[in-house]
Amino acid sequence: MADTAQVPVIELQGLGVRFGKRQILNDLNISLSGRMVGLLGPNGAGKSTLIQTLLGFCPVSSGTARVLGHDICADAKMVRSLVGYMPENDALIANMTAVSFVRMMGELSGLPSEAALERAHEVLFYVGLGEARYRKLGEYSLGMKQLAKLAQAIVHGPKLLILDEPSNGLDPPARQRMIRLIHEMKDSGEMHLLLCSHLLRDVEETCEEVLILKKGTIVHHANLEEERRANKRFVEIETSGNDEGLCDELERIGCDCATAGPGRYKMTLPAGFELKEIYRMAANRDLQLRRLNYRRDTLEDIFMKAMAD
Amino acid sequence: MAVYKRTYTGYSGPTTVSWPRFFILTRYSFGRLFQSRFLVIFLAVCLFYPIGCAGFIYLSHNVKYLTMLRIPAGQLTQVDTRFFYYFCNVQGAMAYLLTALVGPSLISPDLVNGAMPLYFCRPFTRFQYVAGKMCVLLLLLSLVTWIPGLLLFIIESSVTGWDWGWDHFWIGSGLVVGLLVWDFVLSLIALATSAWVKWRIAAGALVLGLFFAGRGFGSAINSVLRTNNGSLIDLVETAHTIWASLLRYDSGTEMSVIDAWIVIGVTSGACVFLLSRRVKAFEVVR
Repeated sequence: MADTAQVPVIELQGLGVRFGKRQILNDLNISLSGRMVGLLGPNGAGKSTLIQTLLGFCPVSSGTARVLGHDICADAKMVRSLVGYMPENDALIANMTAVSFVRMMGELSGLPSEAALERAHEVLFYVGLGEARYRKLGEYSLGMKQLAKLAQAIVHGPKLLILDEPSNGLDPPARQRMIRLIHEMKDSGEMHLLLCSHLLRDVEETCEEVLILKKGTIVHHANLEEERRANKRFVEIETSGNDEGLCDELERIGCDCATAGPGRYKMTLPAGFELKEIYRMAANRDLQLRRLNYRRDTLEDIFMKAMAD
Repeated sequence: MAVYKRTYTGYSGPTTVSWPRFFILTRYSFGRLFQSRFLVIFLAVCLFYPIGCAGFIYLSHNVKYLTMLRIPAGQLTQVDTRFFYYFCNVQGAMAYLLTALVGPSLISPDLVNGAMPLYFCRPFTRFQYVAGKMCVLLLLLSLVTWIPGLLLFIIESSVTGWDWGWDHFWIGSGLVVGLLVWDFVLSLIALATSAWVKWRIAAGALVLGLFFAGRGFGSAINSVLRTNNGSLIDLVETAHTIWASLLRYDSGTEMSVIDAWIVIGVTSGACVFLLSRRVKAFEVVR
């Protein structure tokens, strides 16, 4: 088995997928190594097809892909044994109890019968279905079904967990619980996660790295942590008083400044610049600084920019 | 990890060998099936005829009881190819009813609930899935067809003399092969129907209808066109032909044995094709 600590989690090399005459994924090249990767894109961008291709459901028409160092075509069985998958749609067996269902899925993943039963109890308690584990899945609410799907995806202790719209249709407390579980699993350090979601907030809250697809191609790949650090150089200020010539003065000390309305300025700070320079300048001009904040690109900004490109 | 420790931990224990995992599905399916009291009663009813046959074989070789019941030994039906051919007919029909009862609930619930991706995102193949589901039917049908048939043959051999068993070995092998082929075809038809018809009752009706419709249309074609080719869509006639040939019994069927095997092959192939179209992780919506 490849050393999962060294190799990229997902590596795509010219990956193409075609359904009949329609090209769904086109020449995807990327290497993802983050602990938690977000997969974004509008409807029909190819997100679900990419996930299904990684799981070996869709035939690859060109290129190749590797999951945790294993080729998805040549080593499909190994890939599937390392991956846990929580599908987007309803995917349960209604007339089974949660504990039998999760146990069966564990056994199908290769766990011995006794170990599968023990793990089924553990993961059902972990996701918060401990008290309801002997109830039939058909009687579960939507939120409970989502949790049961998560339980079956982690019962065998996967190295990569693929979550397709995990917070779909959940009310705010249930969504919070799901996000908390995702955070905990990420922080456990035992698995990598690939989160596919329409909810940018979910991705922003949990992911370190995002991949944005559009019409079957990669339009943006961002390391959110790095982008956040880089964006610390963008500052917005709001002033009150006579600010004539302020912009020129800021540019003289190396800032790239633009007016964003009366008394409002946006600027990019040069490397090594200290904010106290701005305060000193305002004091010298007897100018009130009403507001100063870092202007960070939100994931929505990044996403919209990628869509506009 | 103890249940009360609600933190996530991975699994680092041993794993099972891959190929026998198909039997996990069989095990769980049996667990669900035998929750039905009706199925258990029907299964018991299916064994009435073999038990009766076993009693008859025992009685026909027991002079003491025959004398007591005042039955002349020569008047009883001989336990020969005809006896086993009728056994095949009766138990084949019971197997067919059992298939219509059990078959529809095997695949359709997984399709209705969208559970296919959950099976195939694991190291578990489509072949293993079909094999697991098929084993449910094959085991149940075997229980009412070739297993009791073989037991009857062994009982007859033991009471008549083992020489009879060796001399009529082809009856035993014919019973096993003929009824196994029938079980196999019934299982494939039931699985294909279950994969395409999601509503359980409709799927059961379709399994029943396939045989009645085939027999009806086959007879109609034979009468109207004055031919024997109508039998090619009659699976019951096909089974009778194969059983008769394997048991070396002249049943009076007009279908040739080669045609019968071709029909079995084509039917099985069609069912496998239908299964391959439906048993997959996802469907492309065009």
